[in-house]
Amino acid sequence: MTTNDIRRTQLEKVLKKHNYQESALLEVLHSAQEIYGYLDRNLLMDIAGSLNLPPSHVYGVTTFYSYFKMRKPGQHIVTACLGTACYVKGVEPIVVAIEKEFNLKRGGSTADGKLSLLFTRCIGACAMAPAVVLDDHVIGKATKEIVIEKIKNMLEGTKDESV
Amino acid sequence: MNLSDIQKIAEEENEFQRAYKYRINVCCSSGCSSFGAFKVLKAFEDAVKEFGVENICKVARTGCVGTCSVGPTVLVDPGEHRYKCVTLENVREIVQGHIVSGIPVKKYLHNHGDFFRKQHRLVLRNAGKIDPTRIQDYISAGGYFALAKCLANMTPQGVIQEILNSGLRGRGGAGFPVGQKWNLVARAHNTPKYIVANLDEGDPGVFANRTLAEADPHAIIEGMVIAGYAIDAQKGYIYIRSEYPLAIEVLQKAITQAKSMNLLGDNILGTQHNFDLELRFGAGAFVAGEETAILMSAEGRRAQPRPRPPYPANQGLWNKPTLIQNVESLANAPLIILNGGTWFKSYGLPNCTGTKCFSLTGEINNPGLIEVPMGISLHEIVYDIGGGIPNGKKFKAVLVGGPSGGCLPESTLEAQIDYDSLKNVGAIMGSGGIVVLNEDACMVDTARYFTDFCIDESCGKCTPCRAGLARVKEVFDKITTGKGELKDIDMLEKTSEYIINASLCGLGQTAPNPILTTLRYFKEEYLEHIINKKCKAGTCFKNENIVEE
Amino acid sequence: MAENFMITLKIDGVQISVPEGTTILKAAKDNGILIPTLCDLEGLTPYGGCRLCLVEVTGSPKLFTACTTPANPGMDVTTNSERLKNYRKIAVQMLMSERVHMCAVCVANDHCELQALANQLGVNHVAFERHFTREPIDSSHDFLVIDRNRCILCTRCVRVCDKIEGVHTLDLKKRSKNTEVIMDLDEAWGDSCSCTGCRKCAKVCPVGAIYIEGEAMSQTKNPDVAEFITARRNRK
Repeated sequence: MTTNDIRRTQLEKVLKKHNYQESALLEVLHSAQEIYGYLDRNLLMDIAGSLNLPPSHVYGVTTFYSYFKMRKPGQHIVTACLGTACYVKGVEPIVVAIEKEFNLKRGGSTADGKLSLLFTRCIGACAMAPAVVLDDHVIGKATKEIVIEKIKNMLEGTKDESV
Repeated sequence: MNLSDIQKIAEEENEFQRAYKYRINVCCSSGCSSFGAFKVLKAFEDAVKEFGVENICKVARTGCVGTCSVGPTVLVDPGEHRYKCVTLENVREIVQGHIVSGIPVKKYLHNHGDFFRKQHRLVLRNAGKIDPTRIQDYISAGGYFALAKCLANMTPQGVIQEILNSGLRGRGGAGFPVGQKWNLVARAHNTPKYIVANLDEGDPGVFANRTLAEADPHAIIEGMVIAGYAIDAQKGYIYIRSEYPLAIEVLQKAITQAKSMNLLGDNILGTQHNFDLELRFGAGAFVAGEETAILMSAEGRRAQPRPRPPYPANQGLWNKPTLIQNVESLANAPLIILNGGTWFKSYGLPNCTGTKCFSLTGEINNPGLIEVPMGISLHEIVYDIGGGIPNGKKFKAVLVGGPSGGCLPESTLEAQIDYDSLKNVGAIMGSGGIVVLNEDACMVDTARYFTDFCIDESCGKCTPCRAGLARVKEVFDKITTGKGELKDIDMLEKTSEYIINASLCGLGQTAPNPILTTLRYFKEEYLEHIINKKCKAGTCFKNENIVEE
Repeated sequence: MAENFMITLKIDGVQISVPEGTTILKAAKDNGILIPTLCDLEGLTPYGGCRLCLVEVTGSPKLFTACTTPANPGMDVTTNSERLKNYRKIAVQMLMSERVHMCAVCVANDHCELQALANQLGVNHVAFERHFTREPIDSSHDFLVIDRNRCILCTRCVRVCDKIEGVHTLDLKKRSKNTEVIMDLDEAWGDSCSCTGCRKCAKVCPVGAIYIEGEAMSQTKNPDVAEFITARRNRK
């Protein structure tokens, strides 16, 4: 079986679990994004067919929610929190520093596809603002220097044991 | 399972726990775990074994202790000794000193000042005390007794009456009396009926609901089953943000455990009552926290609010009668059933009973999760609980109620926390966010930030919110880049008034609040930007305006 | 619920009786009181998006959309206060400033409901900075054209496509001011495999956003089609 077949089998399991109900669209999209990493057009067409929903409805829902991604993200993802506490505590200068240091734009990826810089509206780590997430790891009370160093470590593949 | 079985579990569990002289509670909520709390938990377990004290000392994973800024935090009972910023290096020292020698290790203890003195922990009664992943912990703390009491001794109407007596008002922001809402759904004729618990805490800077779910998931579940019994609903959904992976994991585990013990599912505790519970995930849309948008989202559609009437109590999920309630309101229900509405009324104010959880953040000495009785003043929250402003800076404003709340100045700090008083000063209760700003903040920029947020999060359905907020933003862009004119202030006020009155849902109806409150309390800053082209805080008049997608 | 159970309410001071379940909008219209609308269209599910039909109901601080709110017994409705007139003017100006609405160069000139409303309400200038969006015009379809720069997001086309034609080719993508009408997976219209070319979207579009290549607007526009088909379908 190819990787794609394995993924499709996984997706089928999810669809089955939800009884192919159209109301489970969000749950299916969540699972699909987890399985495939992002939601491309073929995948959305497949889901629309499986749930018996109009493609435009599936597309409309996918693009309404900012959590769903239709573009292939970078190998590593830096997510800056734009919540109020983080904004007040100065997440913006950190974002600017990341953009400069790694030569990428917010919302986009580096040319080599290794790093993406994304945003979230509050991850709820407000008491430790500003917060920046590297892949799944939250850096609280972040500073430019710490974040950039950790991103570099991450890109080089060195495991950071200090946290 | 029935009441006596629950009592038996509670007794057994209590006995089991009494066997331990010490209990080390390691806070593993999202905040602390981002500072490595799970590793600290493991280190404590290892250290306890290493010193051979595992028979007298229980190490437990718990939810939020409250002092989120000094994580990972560890609470050692008896005596509620709180350790702050615990690292892997000082775990052994704490175990050796506190457990083996019986002397708390002073240098690592957290001096939390008055952080806890003015708090009353009702909803958060178990937060930081019990292991949220063990249902026995919850039962031993009196959990599911209220449900058993309802099912055995109370009629559905009796349950609603008790909630009515308590005076509990919805904690999601609008403050609609909870008992009345239950009554409306109970009286609706159509079936089946549904319950949707709102855990879509989309307000940036707020984490009270998440913390509750991470610390005490069964309180939410029990509240839902009780509500289900009261309104005759057999199916409930918890709509939770997908950005809360830990809370999702904890809730999922809790649901499984409750099902296995017949506290969820068919014939709960051997009665005729059935109640099934499922999680529904949000996907990054603030508007989905709105009462009708959450229904659209739970149905798998774009979270665009729909006009009311019809109200969800009559036509909600799949057009069936639906009770939509914030999780904090639901978590209050077991307490009220167990102790009575009159007892609940002893907390807070006569027309605004009980307590409210807030996440307290921003430029403040003790940020964290707090629960205060209604009627406490903002001053007490900022200065007594929060410990004032750090680094010798001056207080400037406090943002109450999230992106659609108000920016309140020093002169309003005596305002009480209750739905009406906050409304009078221009803020809203919202979902419970308090962000403190110091003198370095530019209030024009703050209003712009919130407008930006609301534009981004507007669903795009109605004209005032979609087109109106964008026009407001243009005015802010003018003012913050030195192109402001005096007539812009008038424009802001008039457009805001229109957006508030003409918008379809709560998002649009409250989105201009930060603009109106900053204009009301900090007008001189607007004038300074417009006339003198100056921003004291140094935030505005930069080449590029920030925070674009 | 008996359809012919009548209720009585007051609209602009006039006592009127309507069958229970009638919306305020319909109750007013049947009694000769016209409330301005844009997104509403008889035969389609009410939407409540454009906010032009807002009315005041005595005893409530909130405004209600006449198109979605059922008339209740004893209701006292005002449809035409100075505040409401002013709000309607603002709404029209906001819609006009949001995208490209230059009547003189628009295919729908003189056949546009937004333009007619502006005239009717006396909107003679736009107080907001006007935006000139630059969405490419999609003319890939054999005869249907969509110019999203003229779209006011009333979703009549989406609803007619779903409810009346039943194919749901059209829907909305994204949110906030980035919301757009799409075909299937945001395809060019010509590539849409579900579109039947029924033209209903063009017939109901209140502005010049969807039109038919080379056809006079006077011929294309026929918003009554939704009501007409619905009535035919409901014929017993």
